Amino acid sequence: MSRYTDKQIFDLAANRILILDGAMGTMIQQHKLEEEDYRGEQYKDWHCDIKGNNDLLAITQPDIIYDIHCQYLEAGADIIETNTFNATTISMADYDMQAISREINVAAAQLARKACDEFTAKNPDKPRLVAGVIGPTSRTASISPDVNDPGKRNVTFDELVEAYTESCEALIEGGSDVILIETIFDTLNAKAAAFAVEGVFEKLDLRLPVMISGTITDASGRTLSGQTAEAFYYSMRHIKPVSFGLNCALGPDLLRQYVEEISNVAECLVSAHPNAGLPNEFGEYDMEGPEMAAHIKEWAESGLVNIVGGCCGSTPDHIRDIANAVAGVAPREIVKLEPKMRLSGLEPFVH
Amino acid sequence: MSAEFSSFINIGERTNVTGSAKFKRLILEGDYETALDVARQQVENGAQIIDINMDEAMLDSVEAMQTFLNLIASEPDISRVPIMIDSSKWEVIEAGLKCVQGKAIVNSISLKEGEENFIHQAKLIKRYGAATVVMAFDEKGQADTKERKIEICQRSYQVLIEKVGFAPEDIIFDPNIFAVATGIEEHDNYAVDFIEATRVIRQTCPHVHVSGGLSNISFSFRGNNPVREAMHSVFLYHAIRAGLDMAIVNAGQLEVYDEIPAELRDAVEDVILNRHSEATDKLLELAPKYQGDGKAVVKEDLAWRDLPVSKRLEHALVKGITDFIEDDTEAARQAADKPLHVIEGPLMDGMNVVGDLFGEGKMFLPQVVKSARVMKKAVAYLQPYIEAEKSEDTKSNGKILLATVKGDVHDIGKNIVGVVLQCNNFEVVDMGVMVPCAAILQKAKEENVDMIGLSGLITPSLDEMVHVAKEMERLDFDLPLLIGGATTSKAHTAVKIEQNYHAPVAYVPNASRAVGVCQKLLNRESRDIYAKELAKEYDIVRDQHARKKPRSKPVTLEEARANAHAPDFSVPPVTPNKLGVTAVAADIATLRNYIDWTPFFLTWSLAGKYPRILTDEVVGEQAQSLFDDANEMLDNLIANGGLEAKGVMGLFPANRQEDDVVIYTDESRTETLGVSHHLRQQTQKPKGANYCLSDFVAPAGSGIKDYIGAFAVTGGIGEDELAAQYEAQGDDYNAIMVKAVADRLAEAFAEYLHKRVRKEFWGYAPDENLDNDALIREKYQGIRPAPGYAACPEHTEKQLIWDLLDAEKHTGMTLTESYAMWPGASVSGWYFSHPEARYFAVAKIQPDQLESYAERKGWDLQTAEKWLAPNLSD
Repeated sequence: MSRYTDKQIFDLAANRILILDGAMGTMIQQHKLEEEDYRGEQYKDWHCDIKGNNDLLAITQPDIIYDIHCQYLEAGADIIETNTFNATTISMADYDMQAISREINVAAAQLARKACDEFTAKNPDKPRLVAGVIGPTSRTASISPDVNDPGKRNVTFDELVEAYTESCEALIEGGSDVILIETIFDTLNAKAAAFAVEGVFEKLDLRLPVMISGTITDASGRTLSGQTAEAFYYSMRHIKPVSFGLNCALGPDLLRQYVEEISNVAECLVSAHPNAGLPNEFGEYDMEGPEMAAHIKEWAESGLVNIVGGCCGSTPDHIRDIANAVAGVAPREIVKLEPKMRLSGLEPFVH
Repeated sequence: MSAEFSSFINIGERTNVTGSAKFKRLILEGDYETALDVARQQVENGAQIIDINMDEAMLDSVEAMQTFLNLIASEPDISRVPIMIDSSKWEVIEAGLKCVQGKAIVNSISLKEGEENFIHQAKLIKRYGAATVVMAFDEKGQADTKERKIEICQRSYQVLIEKVGFAPEDIIFDPNIFAVATGIEEHDNYAVDFIEATRVIRQTCPHVHVSGGLSNISFSFRGNNPVREAMHSVFLYHAIRAGLDMAIVNAGQLEVYDEIPAELRDAVEDVILNRHSEATDKLLELAPKYQGDGKAVVKEDLAWRDLPVSKRLEHALVKGITDFIEDDTEAARQAADKPLHVIEGPLMDGMNVVGDLFGEGKMFLPQVVKSARVMKKAVAYLQPYIEAEKSEDTKSNGKILLATVKGDVHDIGKNIVGVVLQCNNFEVVDMGVMVPCAAILQKAKEENVDMIGLSGLITPSLDEMVHVAKEMERLDFDLPLLIGGATTSKAHTAVKIEQNYHAPVAYVPNASRAVGVCQKLLNRESRDIYAKELAKEYDIVRDQHARKKPRSKPVTLEEARANAHAPDFSVPPVTPNKLGVTAVAADIATLRNYIDWTPFFLTWSLAGKYPRILTDEVVGEQAQSLFDDANEMLDNLIANGGLEAKGVMGLFPANRQEDDVVIYTDESRTETLGVSHHLRQQTQKPKGANYCLSDFVAPAGSGIKDYIGAFAVTGGIGEDELAAQYEAQGDDYNAIMVKAVADRLAEAFAEYLHKRVRKEFWGYAPDENLDNDALIREKYQGIRPAPGYAACPEHTEKQLIWDLLDAEKHTGMTLTESYAMWPGASVSGWYFSHPEARYFAVAKIQPDQLESYAERKGWDLQTAEKWLAPNLSD
């Protein structure tokens, strides 16, 4: 299997805006799966409840996952994300399934791989890519879990590196084309992920393109750990990502200014996959495809983005609308920054 | 503000345990809350990056770095700026990198341990996503010249770019800012080397930055902030123009270049740019004028400036004024046939006046030391001219070797003697402290000295002096030997030292006698006369000593024990609030309130009780001036650090066993942690008891749960370095002052800690409320006797205190082979809480107690005799 290089991704994105898929969780929800569905045959005797362990479905309900991937590819996605958002050993520990983290990552990547290969075969002019997803885990390396003890941490950098290393190796083994570190709300977690990914590349003597996508948690314009979008970029820039962007938490209306902030500084492709608005009182997202697509079209026309898709609440319909909306719109031009030392605390510092 | 200035980056330096005494204390005490305030103030004061350094031997640096960085992460006011992770240890750097979400700077890596290690670390830094400081340091060492700085930086650059793929804009070179104006000629060009190297580095290594630790440049002016700030500003002014674009600075303290008084600025510029060879001397001369608040002191009455030059020199010497000494010396030089004549003529005349006034009690020691400072400057000024003339023989009055003997670290008295002798044109070879006998004798031969002076403060030093005398005899020395120091005495010299050595052995009771004694000993003729006088005197002393009957009859140990003090234990001892060992730090600002000043004046041979001494008719003026200088030094130490106080104390379950105190590991009182051995008074006490310290502790088997405490404190971490710096600047006055002040701080610390023990840690007197005067008069319950002093005179017991408290680990204090404490400004001792506990002197003991003590200590009799010598009847 030939691997994608950064250059191939840049070439693919040279003349058009690439489409990322939409929400996985939202699609799984529609199946209204119960405990026994999650357990499947393989884990029918598991000693604790595992309903809600969506990542496990790559093993117990592979057809459902495969089908969702296909729906997004059908809708026009160039890049689909593996169903591995919570598949690290750290997150799997919530179900006491840390031991099968690796197996889940491999299986999930294989499902996406299979779907992509089929669609690429149907239309070789539109190659489809698997983005192996590395999520944030359920813990934070730079935020204390205890308000009375601000120096406390429930996970260390080294523990994160270990968990991410295992995920990353498995995602590559399962056939990922790129590694996507996403929904970053604590940059230190993401730095550990980047450190792990580099380590895996070195160990396997290969290099996959890396996509980075952070999360601005609310209207303060900062990550959960307090960084501004630009400061966040400087913290992660060393991994030399092929794309850098934002996802989740906000709808496209609220996210725009932060995408613009990233767009002004990112020396790579800019991605954005917002939520379908903010959740309503029932926890549902009700921004319809056309409305979401209209926002994203405006971003595209303003030259802010190179890769767009959807996060929570988005469906293949949303993605289709978005793909149609940005078709023919010129992608953002990559900026070139002066060679300056770009440091960051919570805020950027350029010297 | 020009462009290069506006883009210059201030890196906050105060969150650095190696640079800020305050921050270090806070971290050592675990007071991270307040330590965060230091970081916050840095940012508020304009630091754009904060440097964090936890390199301290007493710390788990990795853990301290992690803890502090994790805490900073929760403080948006601080963590908004990037962090500089500063350590000489890679493991600390790496631990730090794992705690910062922002893009940080590593400070630092270098080629010191070779290319392989350098590449490895650089690769990791890149993977962690940080920029890095690269020191101009390679396998051969730290770069000091312009050429080496450039060479190493260029090589580092090439390695980083080509072999690591490091982004050039993330490289910050630190070509090493070293101290200038140290008095060492090779250092004069350090600032210029840095500035010029910076220029070339910025030109030849595209996109890199250049940084440095600014405060190093002015290190020789520690204690004089106005001059230091001026040096910083001037240095930055020139270095920034050459391409320095960041530096570690105290963001709150930077003088504006244009606001530096022109006179000072020019002098500083001469030093920084190494514009002429006298630049350092000129600045040293000017520096005192700007001491304090930085404004030049109000001009005094300058009528004396109209006097003839010889009178001006005399006035300067008597008054200790250095301001004009070089001009006046120059004027005298021009008037004299030979430069040497200036020394032999007007300068010695002036010093004779000083000597006379001192002899008459019209001048006091501190003034004499200041006079010496003036004299040194004048002589230093003349030196090049004298050298140039290669005049036949510059004969000094005589050459004397001074040393504090092996095992002893106390040197204030010795230093004072040295200065006084130098004032009187003696050449002094000062070998410092803890000098072994062989080294003293070898040096004496090499330097061809005229006499040897030995000093010591603790009682074991007396034996070492005897040893030196015997060795001198064995090796056929014929030099006179001078004996001085707090525990020495005419009796000891007469009985123990003198008869072991054929040449004159003179006991010198104080510094003011030293000159007279030395002068008598120099000339062969007068020496013989003096030797006869001494011999006669010592004969009388020996005779008196031999006939001296103990004032009261000795009793047997058994009898003494039968007459032990039996305190009332009907009220059970208070259980300490905090059993076990507690490290205690105290800042100088706190401790100064506990200082007992009276002994301070005694150090300077001014007798009188504080505060009355300040208004004393005879010495009042001098005492006040000395007091002001000491307080100014305290102000400086508080503001700028340099001197640190550290302490540790422990409280343990304990019970008396005969004359010893058994210290237990815990309240079960089953396992022994250590045994504290004590001596009992052994003379007849018709009216009172034969005291032993252990009497104040309830006996084992009584069922009474009693306790004992131990402590070790020092006020002298850094005193040697500070004193050495002053000495390097020819400022013996302040060199002695800093030690005298450190001594007081150690005693103050002991007082302060004892108070906390009574009120808090042990808590047997929680409501005590005494002012400092009452504390000095010991109006509180309980005592804190110190091993080596009257109530527990045997020095080796300090080892137990060290072991119980792990004192070296907690405080850095160590014991010499004679059980002197290092640093010299240290106090250790025991805590007894019983209301009836009191101080007393053990005085002479008898052979039966010697035997008993030897047995309890596990010593042979000879060892016991050695350590108990001062308490044995002869």
